[in-house]
Amino acid sequence: MQINVTVNDKLLTWDVAKDEFLADALRSHGFLSVKKACGTSCCGLCTVWVDDKPMLSCTVLALRVHGKKVTTIEGVSKEAEEFARVLTAEGAEQCGFCSPGFIMNVLAMKNELVNPSDEEIIHYLTGNLCRCTGYMGQLRAVKTYLGVAER
Amino acid sequence: MRRQCLRRQSISATNDFALAKARQSRVFFIFIIFMGQKCKGGAIVFTLLDLVQPNNLAEAYQILSDKRNNTILGGCAFLKMSSKRIGTAIDLSNLSLSYIKEQSNFIEIGAMTSLRELETHPLFQKYFNGVLPKSVYNIIGVQFRNVVTVGASVYAKYGFSDVITALLVLDTEVELYKGGRMPLVDFLNKPHEKDILVKLWIKKNNRQAAYQNLRKSASDYAVLTVAVSKLEDQWTVVVGARPSKAAIAVKASEVLSKGNLSVAEIEEAAQKAAEELSFGTNRRGTSEYRKALCQVLVKRGIMEVLNANQRDG
Repeated sequence: MQINVTVNDKLLTWDVAKDEFLADALRSHGFLSVKKACGTSCCGLCTVWVDDKPMLSCTVLALRVHGKKVTTIEGVSKEAEEFARVLTAEGAEQCGFCSPGFIMNVLAMKNELVNPSDEEIIHYLTGNLCRCTGYMGQLRAVKTYLGVAER
Repeated sequence: MRRQCLRRQSISATNDFALAKARQSRVFFIFIIFMGQKCKGGAIVFTLLDLVQPNNLAEAYQILSDKRNNTILGGCAFLKMSSKRIGTAIDLSNLSLSYIKEQSNFIEIGAMTSLRELETHPLFQKYFNGVLPKSVYNIIGVQFRNVVTVGASVYAKYGFSDVITALLVLDTEVELYKGGRMPLVDFLNKPHEKDILVKLWIKKNNRQAAYQNLRKSASDYAVLTVAVSKLEDQWTVVVGARPSKAAIAVKASEVLSKGNLSVAEIEEAAQKAAEELSFGTNRRGTSEYRKALCQVLVKRGIMEVLNANQRDG
């Protein structure tokens, strides 16, 4: 089936299978930052924005984004790089495998929450699993990036 | 590609064994085809032969009734992990069923409304002590709650559902395309029939409610969920994730509704709830553990409602 989707501000027409998930469709069209890992909708690695809301692209059928706007980390590279520098400075990144999904969710949180508390940050990022760095470094980095570190 | 799929699938000992056995026989090629269909990116997912996006409910219902394995799609999060073979999947995305509307006496929730919308909508912060946002708060993560739908959670009558527990303690009705409107409790108790859940109706009133749950880790399925509510002198106690579907503890609710709410009566109601409902065992907890936990959570729920009542009264 054919769908029209705006990916990173570019209108694209794709042929997708009826049972194809968005993550697979994105990867097959070159958006390789989007990765799949758990297969059970709980690791957050495949997070992209659909109409500016963070969603699990491994769970959304590609057909459902027809006429919608999809943003991957390639589409917010400037903000992502800025945050990645903070992540690195705080020692909150090791293998980097979870970073694309994590960064997409942090940027979504920045757009959605104003001056979030520690609890709100932790809650918003619960759906992103990291198996090497640990979460304290990430929390420090997020707070520094959002300018709420002094609280 | 298929070989790659096979390699991913053969992580478990069971699959290794099945693969070794299959190699020795003629069924090897059939096995490859079967696993190739099931393996999409390393995970077992449903098989979907066709997908339609109807433009009205009548059309959707007609397609649903056509064949036994035709299925309505919700958020797909749970469905995709099953090995279900779906003939025609029916996607309701074109039917504008994603909404939360405030009417004079009810709040309407469209079936395709996401759990995240339920969590963040100002109406639900205002009513029932925020019991609905609290009930979905710990479900995986924001990205997950943006995908899964209220309609699918309720229609599937999932035992682990947090949101059914909270909805059941309120004055909730479901509206089915064919079956019409009925109280949620009646819907949960009736045998499964193919239908389309169109929307939920929640009566707007001054019901005070509380939600309690215990999870082994923040975003895991709950070991047990409890919701308690009070409207004037009528109390309702609901226990879910038993691990079977949520149910009203009728006797416990009666004890609270008739009593003076002394400490002894609260203890009695909590004990009644644990006695009158059945509990099962799964990897998250034994039936004995759930039974003991039920008393604690019911008591906490009652105390929370009483505190909210005192604060607002």
